[in-house]
Amino acid sequence: MLRFTRRLITALVLPAVVSAAGAKSEAIVFVADTRRLSGVAAWFTNLYNENLFYFTLLTVFIIPAMGLILGKFTGFVMARSGIDLKSRVLAEH
Amino acid sequence: MDWLFIHMPIAGVQIFWPGLIILGLGVGIIGGFFGMGGGWMVTPGLNILGFPMAFAIGTDIAHMAGNSLISTMRHSKFGNVDYRLGLTMVIGTVCGFETGAQMIMWLERIGKVEAAVRCGYLGLLTLVAWLVFTDVAKKRRKDRETRAAGKSPDALSTGIEWHKTFHKIKIPPVVHFKRAGIRCSVWLPIGVSFVTGWLAGILGIGGGLIRMPALIYLVGCPTHVAVGTDLFEVVISALYGCASYTYKGRTELVAAMIMLVGASIGAQIGSVATKYVRGYGIRIFFGVAVVGCALSIAFKLLAAASPSVRDLFNNAAAVLILLLVAALSLFIFLKFLKGVREELAMKEKYR
Repeated sequence: MLRFTRRLITALVLPAVVSAAGAKSEAIVFVADTRRLSGVAAWFTNLYNENLFYFTLLTVFIIPAMGLILGKFTGFVMARSGIDLKSRVLAEH
Repeated sequence: MDWLFIHMPIAGVQIFWPGLIILGLGVGIIGGFFGMGGGWMVTPGLNILGFPMAFAIGTDIAHMAGNSLISTMRHSKFGNVDYRLGLTMVIGTVCGFETGAQMIMWLERIGKVEAAVRCGYLGLLTLVAWLVFTDVAKKRRKDRETRAAGKSPDALSTGIEWHKTFHKIKIPPVVHFKRAGIRCSVWLPIGVSFVTGWLAGILGIGGGLIRMPALIYLVGCPTHVAVGTDLFEVVISALYGCASYTYKGRTELVAAMIMLVGASIGAQIGSVATKYVRGYGIRIFFGVAVVGCALSIAFKLLAAASPSVRDLFNNAAAVLILLLVAALSLFIFLKFLKGVREELAMKEKYR
């Protein structure tokens, strides 16, 4: 019975041991398909494929810049509604 | 109906773009109101729209950086952002986040990351929900006792007052945070932000969900200042996350930009709505949001534990999150409309 149990445990554990001993898996790399793109979309996507560092710099610049522009624009529209946007009456917790 | 779908060049999927705008709008409203980036809502939403999960996370964080910047700008005009407090907390947040991320690598190596993260998330959300509702119940009891004694309740009184104990620990340097109206050891906000950053690093979120209640109950910020200051911190942590995920090639910039269009409108609505809702009103709605999120995580845990009903519980989790986003953002929008109507009527009356 003991011999059988040892063999059963070995059979169950062996695949895990073998796979753990294998090579570390690499990160998946995505390559964007630019065949049907043109203009700005093609330029962006080619930049993504060719140089992720510059694509990252561009993204980190574009997102806050767009946030700033849209925030100013929607703030301007909100201010035209007549709401007081500089103070709030409620001061409690 | 082809015009309703747009091709995402990097992820290589066709996405229903009005869905992106609606998601951005809803999360903008909720984020501007509660001071959160909304990562726990957007990621499942993007996944449902068709994004692979890694792209859903990266795109969400990128959009979060822009969305929270818009909300911070609005809250700043109301005087809700304590920049000094926010910058002090960035130190602790970044160190804590990296510590949490390293722990995740270790949990991944020992094969325990999924269960540990989900259970940790559920435990934390349960604690936050308990904290919020206990605080509300305590405050109501205090107000009832004050009224019974024939006095009017103090608008500045609070239920849970743990921050008062922490403020007594004066390890130098002691700093005055003017906007928040608190004087405490600088190590208090740094310590709190280290712990919240550590939790955010482990759970893979922006941290607003944890940092907002931490600012209120541990640091002692008034609710509106906690909302604004937290949003300021989310800008910084989300920009860092955006850079990290984009460098890993997991950000769909086009989708983030489309979501920002909806978020820019939503963030204005949510931020202005805080004018018309008392601090404790915001805390109650926040507690409801946390309970909904905890239920969604519980469904995910059940899905992982029972393969036979995995699809049912996974779908239930996603539906619950989207319903929660829709219901909360609609509720906040109605509060905004009501408040605006009353304010404009008052202005007309006194013209």
